[in-house]
Amino acid sequence: MGVKLLLDKAHVEGIRYYDVYRREGGYRSVEKALKMSPADIVEEVKKSGLRGRGGAGFPAGMKWSFIAKPEGVPRHLVCNADESEPGTFKDRYLMEFLPHLLIEGLIVASFALGSNATYIYIRGEYAWIPDILEQAINEAKANGWLGKNIQGSGFDCEIYVQRGAGAYICGEETALIESLEGKRGNPRIKPPFPAVKGVWDRPTVVNNVETLAAVVPVINMGGEEYSKIGVGKSTGTKLISACGNINKPGVYEIDMTISVEEFVYSDEYCGGIPNGKRLKACIPGGSSVPILPANLLFKTAKGEQRMMNYESLSDGGFATGSMMGSGGFIVLDEDQCVVKHTLTLARFYRHESCGQCSPCREGTGWMEKILKNIETGKGKMSDIDLLWDIQRKIEGNTICPLGDAAAWPVAAAIRHFRDEFEWHVNNPELCLTQNYGLAHYADAREVVVS
Amino acid sequence: MAQFTEERLAKVKEIIARYPDGKQKSALLPVLHLAQEQFGWLSSETMDYVAGLLQIEPIEVYEVATFYSMYNTKPVGKYMFEVCQTGPCMVRGSEDIIEYIKQKLGIKVGETTSDGLFTLKTVECLGACGYAPMMQLGKHYREHLTKEKVDAIIDECRRNAAANN
Ligand SMILES: Cc1cc2nc3c(=O)[nH]c(=O)nc-3n(C[C@H](O)[C@H](O)[C@H](O)COP(=O)(O)O)c2cc1C
Ligand code: SF4
Ligand code: FES
Repeated sequence: MGVKLLLDKAHVEGIRYYDVYRREGGYRSVEKALKMSPADIVEEVKKSGLRGRGGAGFPAGMKWSFIAKPEGVPRHLVCNADESEPGTFKDRYLMEFLPHLLIEGLIVASFALGSNATYIYIRGEYAWIPDILEQAINEAKANGWLGKNIQGSGFDCEIYVQRGAGAYICGEETALIESLEGKRGNPRIKPPFPAVKGVWDRPTVVNNVETLAAVVPVINMGGEEYSKIGVGKSTGTKLISACGNINKPGVYEIDMTISVEEFVYSDEYCGGIPNGKRLKACIPGGSSVPILPANLLFKTAKGEQRMMNYESLSDGGFATGSMMGSGGFIVLDEDQCVVKHTLTLARFYRHESCGQCSPCREGTGWMEKILKNIETGKGKMSDIDLLWDIQRKIEGNTICPLGDAAAWPVAAAIRHFRDEFEWHVNNPELCLTQNYGLAHYADAREVVVS
Repeated sequence: MAQFTEERLAKVKEIIARYPDGKQKSALLPVLHLAQEQFGWLSSETMDYVAGLLQIEPIEVYEVATFYSMYNTKPVGKYMFEVCQTGPCMVRGSEDIIEYIKQKLGIKVGETTSDGLFTLKTVECLGACGYAPMMQLGKHYREHLTKEKVDAIIDECRRNAAANN
């Protein structure tokens, strides 16, 4: 069993409610933090090496230290609970089952950043979760952890929950800020960065749900101790939401020292592939990160065992590696069609493009159309190159990273599964009734686990 | 005339108080949710009413209502089946579920049954990939869908509709 810092109490009966949560040691980090100076808290978070869990992996302490502090201007903390990246459902788990853990982390972070009004921006479809969060907020308030003069510290803090209304792009931090201001979710051109001009032009920090929950163990243990868990720059624990063709889909906390192979096959985690099938491919960090064929998933190109941490997952760059991303782990077995799966992702990004930049708006539409043609046996060989060309023209040429997020999955699918695309073109009839199968990407272990 | 209930008006006031003075436009998304809850969809009359409540221009409301996928700017059935069709759900059989609902209700994606009870929509990843296939029905998710479960959900909706009439 690996170390658990976030989900260790997830199965305690009634942990969703204040009394049980408090009895289990909840809100100790707030007690501790309120005796520290905000600068010291930021220092602890820096020492912990905690990296943003929303996808980009930017060090949280560093981000906090960038927040501008102009005289007399209020600052805000905004919790990003938009969670819309296909394959990702870990923040939902935290909020549904451990709402007080998030509220506790938010209070500490709000104190460290000087945010008297903190907002949780949650995707609109999670329509039942605001009630859970508001219940936790009310309980925290009734017990003196929120509101005016928290625990006699002189610090005032309110937390508000705001629902989005169905737009993946609002997970991008500047689009989220626009949305919070009551506008369309069009990302802003940076700079200025939110740390200088965020919501209502005030200095703002946007952090992911899991990042903010992880602040609790960081403060409880001290940054130094936290940094000893994990390996290298992958400190602490990470939540992985696993889905697709596995026996045990769900949310798992890992301490970043286990291998990808163990994660897939161990009964403690995914429990292997159902029906004795072999693993074909995996998207290890949410739909935006490169897909890897099985032979590159368990071992890096150098032949080293691939581990479930930031560095190892990205070992080999985009040529032979992928990314930790948001921790949305999508497994495809030998019966899945990579072209078709990529098509659903292309459709997703076309649907979610905000339409501000033409490479993204037009490019995502073209990619979907071409993929649809190839998938249904109407594609030409030159379409594969055209697809490659389009994704390259999107990447790096847009206001926000959604363009890249749309381009990368297509690029990686062609890079690693080009023969499957070609097979579709060469077998326009057959591809309608049959799948290409495994070919040479077979599970590197060559073991059939049932 | 679109008009919020007293209770909703109080809620609007409470929401506006969350933001700095003069930033009441920030309440737009939450207030549109309230409006949709009460009226089922957002007509231009409803949107104008919301603009008035928040003291913003009607166009600011239209812009937002048309941007976000959860706002219905046309009437929809009493029960909307929003079935996820993105990759992770597809590999767990969402296509079969969508096909089955189409057959069972005799409608295509995007249509409403003639009795006005059901609308079928496909949506993109709802953050339930590990519990696929799934759909959203009102405030909640229905997960691990099977044909039998779909049957039961349809029956449940019909019963509820009959009980409320
Ligand atoms: C298109 C797009 C969608 C994103 N969606 C999310 C999201 O749903 N949740 C999230 O925490 N971060 C998301 N991000 C990343 C945020 O912009 C931001 O980096 C993050 O909230 C920072 O939090 P962290 O440093 O704690 O990870 C998204 C980014 C992009 C470009
Ligand atoms: S890259 Fe796409 S989503 Fe991002 S701002 Fe441009 S059009 Fe909008
Ligand atoms: S893909 Fe359907 S809920 Fe994520």
